[in-house]
Amino acid sequence: MSNWALILYCGLITYLTRFSMIALIKKEMFNDRIREILSFVPSAIFPAIIFPAIFINDIGLIDIDDNPKILAAIIAMFIGIFSRSIIATIFSGLASYWFLIFVV
Amino acid sequence: MKSNLKVFLKGIIDVSPLMIPVVPFGLIFGVLAIDVGFTPIETMAMSLIIFGGASQIVLLQLFSGGASSLVIISSVGAVNSRHLLYGAVVSEHLSDLKLIWKIIISYFLIDQAFAISNEYLKKNKDHNRYFHLVGGGATCWVIWQSTTFLGIILGAAIPEKLGLSFAVPLTFLALLVNDFRKFTNVIVIIISGLVATFGYNYIPFKAYVIVAALVGLFTAIILTRKNKKA
Repeated sequence: MSNWALILYCGLITYLTRFSMIALIKKEMFNDRIREILSFVPSAIFPAIIFPAIFINDIGLIDIDDNPKILAAIIAMFIGIFSRSIIATIFSGLASYWFLIFVV
Repeated sequence: MKSNLKVFLKGIIDVSPLMIPVVPFGLIFGVLAIDVGFTPIETMAMSLIIFGGASQIVLLQLFSGGASSLVIISSVGAVNSRHLLYGAVVSEHLSDLKLIWKIIISYFLIDQAFAISNEYLKKNKDHNRYFHLVGGGATCWVIWQSTTFLGIILGAAIPEKLGLSFAVPLTFLALLVNDFRKFTNVIVIIISGLVATFGYNYIPFKAYVIVAALVGLFTAIILTRKNKKA
C-alpha cells in the first residue's frame, strides 16, 4: 500500500470513529459496566506504545542494561503524577534524558 | 441567546489553555514524520486528513517499525476507540443537530475540544450551542497544522543525536498521568506494557499494540469483576 493510501485509510477510520460517536452511538447503548470497562481503554492501549519505545532498542531487542530512557521515563512519570501536567511530563522526561546522555 | 460568533469565540477562549501541550506534540510529530521517511507534503497531509495526534503518532511508530498497512490501520482504529465513551456522553447534547452539521463537526472532534465543550453543552441549552465545539475544534486545527508545519521545517535542523523519538513514549505517558493514581489502572498499564515489550518480536505482523491492548482490557474486566464480589 502506498503512503498516500495508508494516510487516507488512517484518516478515514479516525473520522468514522468520531462520526459514529455523535451520529450513531446513544447514551443508552452503554450500561454502567460497559462504561467502566471503556474507561480502561487508555490504560490498556497506551502502554503498548510506551513500553516498547522505552525498552526495545534500535535493533529490536530488549535493553535494560545501559538504557537512559528507563530512568528518564520514571522521572517523567513521577513528575506527571504529582503535577498532573502534560507539558511538565514531556519536558521533564526529555530534560532528564538529555542530562543522562550528554552530562552524566 | 448569544450570537453564533460569540459562542464560537467563547469556544476559542475556553479551549486556549489546553492548547499549550498541543504545541510540542505537533512539533514532535512534524520532526519525527520527516525523520521516519515521509515527505513534507505527506506529513502535512497526515495532519490535514487525519487531524488526530495519537492516531498520527501511532502511525509513525508502527510505520518506522516496519508494520504492515493493515496492522497500522487497525492499531489506529484501536487507539481511536478510547473516544467511544466520550461520544456516548456528548451525543445526547448534539442529538437535535442536522446531519450535515454532524458530518462537519465530526472532523473537529478532538480530545481537547470535547473536554471543554462538554462542560459548556451541559450548562447551555441554546440552539447554537454547538458553535462552541466548532470554535474549540478550529483553534486546535490551526495550532496543529501550524506546529506540524514548523516541525517539518525544524526537522532538518534538529540533530538525530538529540533522540527526539523518545518524545513519543513521553507524550503517551503524559496522557496517562491521572490513571497512575488508580491501583487497577496501574496493574492494567503494567500488564499491557509487558505483553507489548516481550511480544514485540514474537507477535506476528507487529500486531503487538492490538494484542497487548486486548490483554490489558481483559485484565481490567477480570479485576473489576472481582472488586464487585468483594
